Amino acid sequence: MSDSTIIDLNQITKIYQMGDIKVTALDGVNLTVYEGEFLAIMGPSGSGKSTLMNILGCLDRPTNGTYLLAGEDVSRMNREQLARIRNQKIGFIFQSYNLLTQATAIQNVLMPVVYRRNGRISNQERLKMAHNALISVGLMDRDRHKPTEMSGGQQQRVAIARALINSPALILADEPTGNLDSHSGAEIMEILQNLHTQGRTIVMITHDAKNSAYAERTLHLNDGKIDEGMAAKDLPEMAMAGGAA
Amino acid sequence: MKLTEVLRVAGEGIARNKLRALLTMLGVIIGVAAVIIMIAISAGTEATITENIQNLGTNLLFVSQSMGPQQAPSRTSGMNETILTYDDAQAIQSSISGISGVVVERDITELVKYGSTSVDSVSIIGTTPSYPEVRDVSLASGRFLTQNDIDKSAKVAVLGYTTAQTLFGNADPLGEKIVVGEVRVTVVGVMGKKGVVGNTDYDSRIYIPLTLVFEKFTFSPFARVQGDQVGTVLVQVTDLKNMNNVITQIQILLAKRHETTVANLPFTVRTQEDIITTQESTTAAFRELLAWVAAVSLVVGGIGIMNIMLVSVTERTREIGIRQATGATPGDVRGQFLTEALLLSLTGGLIGVIAGVGGAWLFERIGDMRTVVVPSSILLAFASAAIVGIFFGFYPANKAAQLDPIEALRHE
Repeated sequence: MSDSTIIDLNQITKIYQMGDIKVTALDGVNLTVYEGEFLAIMGPSGSGKSTLMNILGCLDRPTNGTYLLAGEDVSRMNREQLARIRNQKIGFIFQSYNLLTQATAIQNVLMPVVYRRNGRISNQERLKMAHNALISVGLMDRDRHKPTEMSGGQQQRVAIARALINSPALILADEPTGNLDSHSGAEIMEILQNLHTQGRTIVMITHDAKNSAYAERTLHLNDGKIDEGMAAKDLPEMAMAGGAA
Repeated sequence: MKLTEVLRVAGEGIARNKLRALLTMLGVIIGVAAVIIMIAISAGTEATITENIQNLGTNLLFVSQSMGPQQAPSRTSGMNETILTYDDAQAIQSSISGISGVVVERDITELVKYGSTSVDSVSIIGTTPSYPEVRDVSLASGRFLTQNDIDKSAKVAVLGYTTAQTLFGNADPLGEKIVVGEVRVTVVGVMGKKGVVGNTDYDSRIYIPLTLVFEKFTFSPFARVQGDQVGTVLVQVTDLKNMNNVITQIQILLAKRHETTVANLPFTVRTQEDIITTQESTTAAFRELLAWVAAVSLVVGGIGIMNIMLVSVTERTREIGIRQATGATPGDVRGQFLTEALLLSLTGGLIGVIAGVGGAWLFERIGDMRTVVVPSSILLAFASAAIVGIFFGFYPANKAAQLDPIEALRHE
């Protein structure tokens, strides 16, 4: 494993116990993501995308296998340790934005800073950080607005600013354009691509082939396994089929 | 997470739903206010009682019939054996050293008339001349009863302040004749204002010579049984240090006179302190009862807080999920909700303290009730509110902390 490996999944298995039935959501997934990569993961519903996303995002733990995130084994961490990892190393972008509706854009963007453990940051410094993050997503004039006063595209940009504020090792985007019209969706994808060119590591889960076109590399997930042979850029119609499923 | 941030986040959570927060706090507000008002009222009553008893006169001993099996006079063993009599009082006065005054009281209730005005059930006190000095009361006009009045069973009366007002209005009652029961007596004096002591309104009484009670107001068939029975003999002791010695002397004297032993004496000799202690133990029991009532209302208030916190956790599940995703640990989430519960209960406690102190003031102003706000009751009420907040906030906060972030994020 080189120093520039951000994600190293080794034989990750996730089995859910549904009453008497065991459901295997992930079945021995191996995945390596390098620093600065923009990876898209595609797959039909039920393929294990969400489970993979949850494990990559340290929201869930694998049943078996090891997950090294930026060199740290997070696969056996407890809830508290995982929360710290999420805070420091992962920025989430959700399909439904997941902003606090009663809080202003600034307050939403600053939420990961609130839960930060390392080092004190003055209020002034915080405001500057939030401001910079909002500028980087093109929202410098909406900082006192609440999500209800913003369009979907603007809300998602606030969410991206929130994902960036703690300078995480990994940005995880889960269907980032799923709730947006094509124009706003394209804007969001351009922001992500822009972040990628600045050297950020992005893993995006999507079923939209248009989105995966922005990515450097695309993987397909099927029945809890990664289809080794397929690369999205070669097979756009397969990706479309996956998205439609 | 810094403390200020914890407070800010919790405060925002409450501020979002102000009316609900207020309603939630209501239980605690009422509980805390009730504690403070109730304790203030009982402390006020107690202070009044203590003051009044102290105002009765100083260095007093109260000799009275014991309450108990020996109270009923036994017919076979002679009348005077178990009855406190005027003779006993005179014996105390003449043979006990270290006392400066003896007063005898025998009270009856009669209809009193003057002209067309009549007052029913007036407390008539048959007493002796040193009453004003021993009881520490003063005359407003005229004179008090004299030894001459006692010796002659003179038909004279001294009116309490209120009685004089009721019967005569602003007219001068001195020298006027009033009818007490069926006896016409001449008013020779009016007492100054004294007020209510314990359960006795000193101002609505009438004082007549003790011997007049024996002669005219003792129902004849019992006259021989009750004879010159007196209710209370008050003994004023010269030196406070001599108190116990005087008590012993009186007990021995009475035992001798009634042919019994000190242990079997059918009379009690009590100091004012004893009486105050009795009164205090009564109010203490009352206060304890109030404390329980207040505790129950605080618990009810706490359950209200728990209820609303549980609703809040459910309502804000998604928010919890978002916070967890951005790095809130279970401890952060627990802290947030616990702080919210604590903030609710403490704010409620604070409002309750203000309401309690204000309520006590209102009771005094409008309810004409003496209240003393006890500082420790404020502390007690406030501390209980805090404990209630932590205790009843813990379960909902823990529930929030245990939420699975994936489930929480999926929550609508």
